[in-house]
Amino acid sequence: MRQWKKLLIILVIVLGSLYVSLPPTLPVKFSYQNFKIDQTFNRPPLKINLGNYFSFQRDLNIKLGLDLAGGSHLVFEADTVKIGDSDKKAAVDAARDAIERRINLFGVAESTVQTSLVGDSYRINVDLPGVKDTQGAVSLIGQTAQLDFRELLPIPKEATDTPQFVTYQNTRSTGFTGSDFKKARSDFDSQSGKPVVSFETKPESAKKFADITTRLQGKPLAIFLDQIPISTPTVSNPITDGRGIITGQFTLEQTKSLANLLNSGALPVPIRLIEQRTIEASLGAESVQASIFAGLVGLTMVVLFMILYYGRLGVIASVALLIYGIISLGIYKLIPIVLTLPGVAGFILSVGMAVDANILIFERLKEELAVGKPWRDSMETAFGRAWDSIRDANIATLLTSFILFNPLDLSFLHTSGPVRGFAATLFLGVVISLFTGIFVTRTLLRVFARK
Amino acid sequence: MKFRPVYFLLSGTALVFSVFALSSWGLKQSIDFTGGSVVEYSLGAQTTSDRLKEVITSKQYPLNGERIISSKEVELRFPADFDQAKAQEIASELGEDTKVLRFESVGPILSAEILKKTYVALGIASVGILLWVAWQFKSLQFGVCAILATLHDTTILLGTFAALGHFQGIEVDILFVTAILTVLSFSVHDTIVVYDRIRETRRKQGRDLPLSLIADKALSQTMVRSFNNSLTIIFMLTALYLMGGTTIKWFVFALLVGTISGTYSSPFVAVPLLVTWDELKRKIKR
Repeated sequence: MRQWKKLLIILVIVLGSLYVSLPPTLPVKFSYQNFKIDQTFNRPPLKINLGNYFSFQRDLNIKLGLDLAGGSHLVFEADTVKIGDSDKKAAVDAARDAIERRINLFGVAESTVQTSLVGDSYRINVDLPGVKDTQGAVSLIGQTAQLDFRELLPIPKEATDTPQFVTYQNTRSTGFTGSDFKKARSDFDSQSGKPVVSFETKPESAKKFADITTRLQGKPLAIFLDQIPISTPTVSNPITDGRGIITGQFTLEQTKSLANLLNSGALPVPIRLIEQRTIEASLGAESVQASIFAGLVGLTMVVLFMILYYGRLGVIASVALLIYGIISLGIYKLIPIVLTLPGVAGFILSVGMAVDANILIFERLKEELAVGKPWRDSMETAFGRAWDSIRDANIATLLTSFILFNPLDLSFLHTSGPVRGFAATLFLGVVISLFTGIFVTRTLLRVFARK
Repeated sequence: MKFRPVYFLLSGTALVFSVFALSSWGLKQSIDFTGGSVVEYSLGAQTTSDRLKEVITSKQYPLNGERIISSKEVELRFPADFDQAKAQEIASELGEDTKVLRFESVGPILSAEILKKTYVALGIASVGILLWVAWQFKSLQFGVCAILATLHDTTILLGTFAALGHFQGIEVDILFVTAILTVLSFSVHDTIVVYDRIRETRRKQGRDLPLSLIADKALSQTMVRSFNNSLTIIFMLTALYLMGGTTIKWFVFALLVGTISGTYSSPFVAVPLLVTWDELKRKIKR
């Protein structure tokens, strides 16, 4: 490949990364005598759609972790002792859905709720960015879901029309609650084959349910979870054996979700807070400022050192380092990487390592030149020789970052956020620095330093 | 390689000190490993840390430890059952402008797990690196010496933090584990560069030459590079240590100690060990 072509490839990558790296809005002000620019540059979010098969959308904003943006990280342990082995997973999933539903009531943007199994203990990890009242959130999340079967209040005589919607206010409890309910599951109607939800009451509550459904035959029986109606079936026939189905124009998705909701009330899993990390947003913002400043100071020192020590070669290494920074930022936004404080440290550390490849090559170059080889030959030999050690050494670093990141979620290794954040930026740092330290520097040297 | 006794003496002293620090003081473990709660308060204009402690004593909350971050920021440790409501209650008693900046709580189940995972991660990383180096250089000898050098760095890092914990109350947390693993890989990174040079010189000059001569040559050729590379990393880390956020200050310091020790250990521990091993092997053969 001709060098100019390679240079063009580098230019395209750099411009692309630069475009991605820019903040969403960038005011540009510039004036020189009569020539003035004063406008705001807007970068739209990225949307790529190739047919129906491939879709790639990114808003291209830096994602900040809880330690930088402020917020809470909560880990709950589910007490599944009283639940049979076969129902454990369903119960914990139902608990997770219940937590998710409650957090949505709080209106938290970008919250995540995940379950994990460590040994034989089920965990629910909750991340709440930017929540001020964590204590309120914790107590709300910690509550057990309340399932309540309710009937419509008798309509007053003067009312002309029946109510359009069931609400908590226009209904009253039938006395049948989550503690009477056994479990629900998504099923298919044996006759029509349509998706339905089948459920069972506890054997001791079957009589209670029979009485209620006999009394409410032909009338609606509204099911509420945490005071929110989730389904309002009409009782067509009394259910006397404690087993019933809810039919309707359901899709399979809907029956699954309804069964899950019913289970979250029926299989109450007590959860216990075992880890909490709450960072005030102001502390996070302070850390961001401090880290960026520290990074810039360190970078300036590295660039100065390289230029003072290696002269013209140092300038090229510094350009490569700048390109390294731009590409890294671009890739963080594209993946996107959730940037945490340890992640920033990983990035800053990898800047130091990125220069290493260049130092190795330049030292080799000096040696080759000292033997009296012409510049061109020396350069090519230096790259060739240095590559072996660069490759071997970087693979060791990649190995460590791999163990730290634990991409396979192996339960005997760390899965904690800060460790992963560090590993992710270190890993990317090594990979990108191989590209800029070898490919970019070599091309720049071949094109711009021919003497 | 003629100054080998000096290198061994220097490293030996550092190791003895580290082992002494570790065995007599031990590491001061954070709540990540012991379980417990940590609260960072930002104190209001009228509030002092003494006043804060008065309030805690009056409420009879068991205080496990404290660390003054600055005149207006204090970090306190409590047992795991101390929850955020209590932390908030104390803050509101001290007036409007006293705030809880950070609240962390780790249950005892979780902390035991973290400790176990740490040992596993360290084990896997060490074995992985040992195998990689041994395979790459077609010699178990190279692999073992590289790992011994990284163990040297890890021990010194642990010893330094045992001393810091004893004198300054600095705790080791889960980030410290990350630092150890990073130092492990950095140290090997550096050692591999030197080894690579030994391999190359050997190939060029023949296998019969004594390893100490080859090692001397390889060391003098890679010295400037090792030094310069470490310098750039030290620049970045020092800037981060002095000016970066408070929560990663000691994490960065750990990396700094590891970088310096890792740079030293490649030419002055890994290679001398390799040469000594080689000499012993030749003697036994004879």
